[in-house]
Amino acid sequence: MAKVFIDNIEYEVPNGKNMLEVALSLGLDLPYFCWHPAMHSVGACRQCAVTNYRDENDTRGRITMACMLDATDGTRISINDQKSKDFRAGNIESLMINHPHDCPVCDEGGECHLQDMTVMSGHNYRRYRFKKRTHINQDLGPFLNHEMNRCIQCYRCVRFYNDYAGGKDFGVFASAGRVYFGRSEPGTLENEFSGNLVEVCPTGVFTDKTLKKHFTRKWDLTSAPSVCHQCSVGCNILASERYGTMRRVMTRFNGDVNGYFLCDRGRFGYEYVNDEKRLTRAAQKDASSGSDPVSSVKAHIASRPKMIGIGSPRASLESNFMLKRLVGAENFYQGIPSNEADVINEVLRVLREGKVRTPSLKEMEDFDTVFVLGEDVTNTAPMMALGLRQTAKTLPKQKAYALRIQHWNDAAIREVVQDEKGPFFLATGYATKLEEVSTSVYHGDTNSLLKLSEAITNEIRSGSGDNQSGGFSHQVAQALLASEKPLIVSGTGMMSKSIVQAAANIAGALKDAGREVGIVYAVPEANSMGLAMLGAAGSLDDAISRVNNEKDLTAVVLETNLFYRTDNQTASDFLSHCHKTILIDSMENECTQEADFILPAGTFAESDGTMVNNEGRAQRYYQVFKPNNDMRSSWAWLDMMINQTEEARPYDDIIREMLEANPALEKIKTLAPAADFRIGTQKIPRQTHRFSGRTSMNAHVSVHEGKPPVDNDSPLTYTMEGYHGKPPSADIPFYWSPGWNSIQSINKYQIEVGGDLHGGNPGLRLIEPNENGITRFEVNSAGNNSGRYEVLPSWHIFGSGEMSAMSPAIEKRIPDVYIAVSDKALEKAGLQGADKISVRHQSATITLPVKVDNSLPDNVVLLPYGFKDTVGWRFPFKGELERGV
Amino acid sequence: MLSSVRSLWMVFLKMFKKRVTIKYPEEKPYLAPRWRGRIVLTRDPDNNERCVACNLCAAVCPTDCISLQATEDENGRRYPEIFRINFSRCIFCGLCEDACPTYAIQLIPDFEMSEYNRQSLVYEKEHLLIDGMGKYHGYSYYDQAGVAVGVKPKGGGENESEPVDVRTLIP
Ligand code: SF4
Ligand code: SF4
Ligand code: SF4
Ligand code: SF4
Ligand code: FES
Repeated sequence: MAKVFIDNIEYEVPNGKNMLEVALSLGLDLPYFCWHPAMHSVGACRQCAVTNYRDENDTRGRITMACMLDATDGTRISINDQKSKDFRAGNIESLMINHPHDCPVCDEGGECHLQDMTVMSGHNYRRYRFKKRTHINQDLGPFLNHEMNRCIQCYRCVRFYNDYAGGKDFGVFASAGRVYFGRSEPGTLENEFSGNLVEVCPTGVFTDKTLKKHFTRKWDLTSAPSVCHQCSVGCNILASERYGTMRRVMTRFNGDVNGYFLCDRGRFGYEYVNDEKRLTRAAQKDASSGSDPVSSVKAHIASRPKMIGIGSPRASLESNFMLKRLVGAENFYQGIPSNEADVINEVLRVLREGKVRTPSLKEMEDFDTVFVLGEDVTNTAPMMALGLRQTAKTLPKQKAYALRIQHWNDAAIREVVQDEKGPFFLATGYATKLEEVSTSVYHGDTNSLLKLSEAITNEIRSGSGDNQSGGFSHQVAQALLASEKPLIVSGTGMMSKSIVQAAANIAGALKDAGREVGIVYAVPEANSMGLAMLGAAGSLDDAISRVNNEKDLTAVVLETNLFYRTDNQTASDFLSHCHKTILIDSMENECTQEADFILPAGTFAESDGTMVNNEGRAQRYYQVFKPNNDMRSSWAWLDMMINQTEEARPYDDIIREMLEANPALEKIKTLAPAADFRIGTQKIPRQTHRFSGRTSMNAHVSVHEGKPPVDNDSPLTYTMEGYHGKPPSADIPFYWSPGWNSIQSINKYQIEVGGDLHGGNPGLRLIEPNENGITRFEVNSAGNNSGRYEVLPSWHIFGSGEMSAMSPAIEKRIPDVYIAVSDKALEKAGLQGADKISVRHQSATITLPVKVDNSLPDNVVLLPYGFKDTVGWRFPFKGELERGV
Repeated sequence: MLSSVRSLWMVFLKMFKKRVTIKYPEEKPYLAPRWRGRIVLTRDPDNNERCVACNLCAAVCPTDCISLQATEDENGRRYPEIFRINFSRCIFCGLCEDACPTYAIQLIPDFEMSEYNRQSLVYEKEHLLIDGMGKYHGYSYYDQAGVAVGVKPKGGGENESEPVDVRTLIP
């Protein structure tokens, strides 16, 4: 602890901070631009000026930048003396000299850090009479809008995009008053994290293009704390609605998970919620009974048919649980093919029975050596890749710390680090983007990756090894052994159980060697882990064979598009073999044509629930708005069926029931406040206190204002009435604090800026390592060997996510479908110069345009996962190549 | 007794004074231009909609009776897709006019808005938008703003210099 003096008041503050962080953590208002809690200080904007005094006898002091001033014992500053106030007012005035008269049409307006800081610094009237400099904007693709006139040259964007996220197609150009932040040529920003510029940029230079299409001010949004459903990382998001449609997604800070950032799939992949193909009304195929669809479903259930349930990794724990309850545990199946289910179940087993701990996303950044086995992290779990890019800097940064450079001194650290990266190894089926930060890479098919991992494991265990596969295994093993905190990263991306086990074995060997090792697996979907934890009688394939054998089954299909999970023939056979099908889903698809009953399910925006991420962290998400139709949480439909009621029971009853039946999930009880939680007597409003248009937005329907919807499922309200202070950390629907309208107001919700939220970060880990657990797992051999080529899935951040791929902005970024092979493989198959080739596997063939990728081993072929043309294929498989027509 | 007679006399004398009341509705009262009555949305000198759908009027409105939704034309020029005022709630305080940065929303000297049916007091954009500039002549927000949006070339606004050439090496 250090004793510092701010405006003559003494404070005890933690060591290793700068005075800006200290002042903000103490709740004092000090304006700033270039400092960012995750990217630290460079001292570029000059806005955080304070007066620094040598000691108590120093009456003059000197102006200095608080963000560049170490908070050591005895540091003495004034924030509120006239000299620093004048300096800050002058500084902002000069920053505003060229600022356009844009606020009314600027999408940042109302949540603009520049507006806030201008007000805070006391600059009111423009005195400058000369011309403003202007800039030409660039078209940056479907995600971001560019309006360079608004720039105040704080350099946050380049520091995030290039230095933090590893972007290559962005930069700062020109000099003096002309500096320009953009691309060298207009064009799509390629980096997977470009959307964060919306939040990182303190002005309206970069704004959300998907929001622009249906623009709404921050104060007019109805928002709820939610969890991103687009991949397994489970980033925390703020999802916002107005006039019954979703408007945007912003980062919800969670110091254990995503921190201040989101990936572009999560941020822009929400638009499917507003799609025309959404199911909005309950429906039935055969209306001859004369009763309404919901009653017909209930009547059918009441007739006690033999039922099976198809659960879903994109549905909440609660929904899956209620389905299991409805159909009975022995009739509940995971709605994913057996190969996928096996791999995910194996991940769960390794984490539960193994001795090695899986770190949170935040903790991953503290490891020093990384080995990635078989996973294309950037595309399967993007935010994990952003974390790993920071992990790569752990050791190089320590060099800077050894030179006694403070942890917050970003520019100085970067000067020391330069392009150096920590030990970072990748062994994958194909070249992945993280290779940019790697020491050394290896590409191979599943079998060679397994051999490689075995060699690594053996060398770690024995301390000496051979130099197979070009010495790569030796290099990796030695680096891992040399490290105090090695991290093994793998996942389900190769759809191989053996890869999961092999990664566990490397981690196990390191654990036995006394290293503080961590293991992380990426899994395919938002609730893949939760579904696995609930346990099922089998996979989709088992359900399919049951339907083939028993003809009088009613299938209750929960949030699963069978035509996405398996091939068309199997899916339609399944539907025709079922006696009746009850479909609970959110989007019209091939299944909806066939189903006997359809119950419209809410997406994350219209439902409540809990998701379990790849780490085993349970996270609660809240309904954003009550839609004006039949949509509701899937669990609510299931509850109505089970109990034959008109309305579902409240969420808390469902949770209670679920926890009674699943002791392993018990911790969820304390995950978030119960629905009867009140602050004083008040609930927490989803709308800001400035929400406008209440007496007018529905006046075209009826001038008589109806009662606002009531939320019985959570402590939140759908209105602006309620407690306007800081809610519990799991229930923060938006960030706002007096004088701080922008996203920077997160500062006010944290114990210490950049650190954990008051009351602890939300989310609870359900899986902890077993101290007496296993460190050696038996590796299953890699299956079927007939065929010369191993066909692996290649993953795409834009395209491989089932729901996000239906969002228009994401759709524009989906690459053309292809089949990737190396020149060598083409030669081997005698197919040089072919435009299209076919892969044959058993009786099925797929023909696609060729994409030559010479990083591929010559026995590996890639097909993009989850694209329209490739759904239904089960990876990996061995196949033959043929010339396509 | 005396005081009653005096009162009657005084009332009698009033008959020869100038009348204050008028025969409304046959006769209309004079209303100052700043009188706060029916709200209109005005157009700029080029006859384009002035409102840029910034939502400030809606935010400031103490009765929350304005609601609108922004949209953009093909050049990105923003305007309201819907603009609704529920006059059964409006208290004619004029705060919306004060807040408007474009002079779009204006209160005019017209109070004859009574209806038998409350629903008819809900005005949509088509009922609000007039063809002129209202009380404030000559102002066009987009000439002042930094965005181009098809109204002018970049750097062509008032008090703006040509866009910078980022590739020049001259200091
Ligand atoms: S960046 Fe902020 S201050 Fe600048 S025009 Fe936009 S809202 Fe206004
Ligand atoms: S574009 Fe935004 S983040 Fe980048 S320098 Fe300008 S104001 Fe800062
Ligand atoms: S006059 Fe007052 S009450 Fe009426 S719309 Fe304007 S701000 Fe609202
Ligand atoms: S304040 Fe003016 S420009 Fe803004 S939305 Fe209202 S009428 Fe339109
Ligand atoms: S925040 Fe300190 S100089 Fe920019």
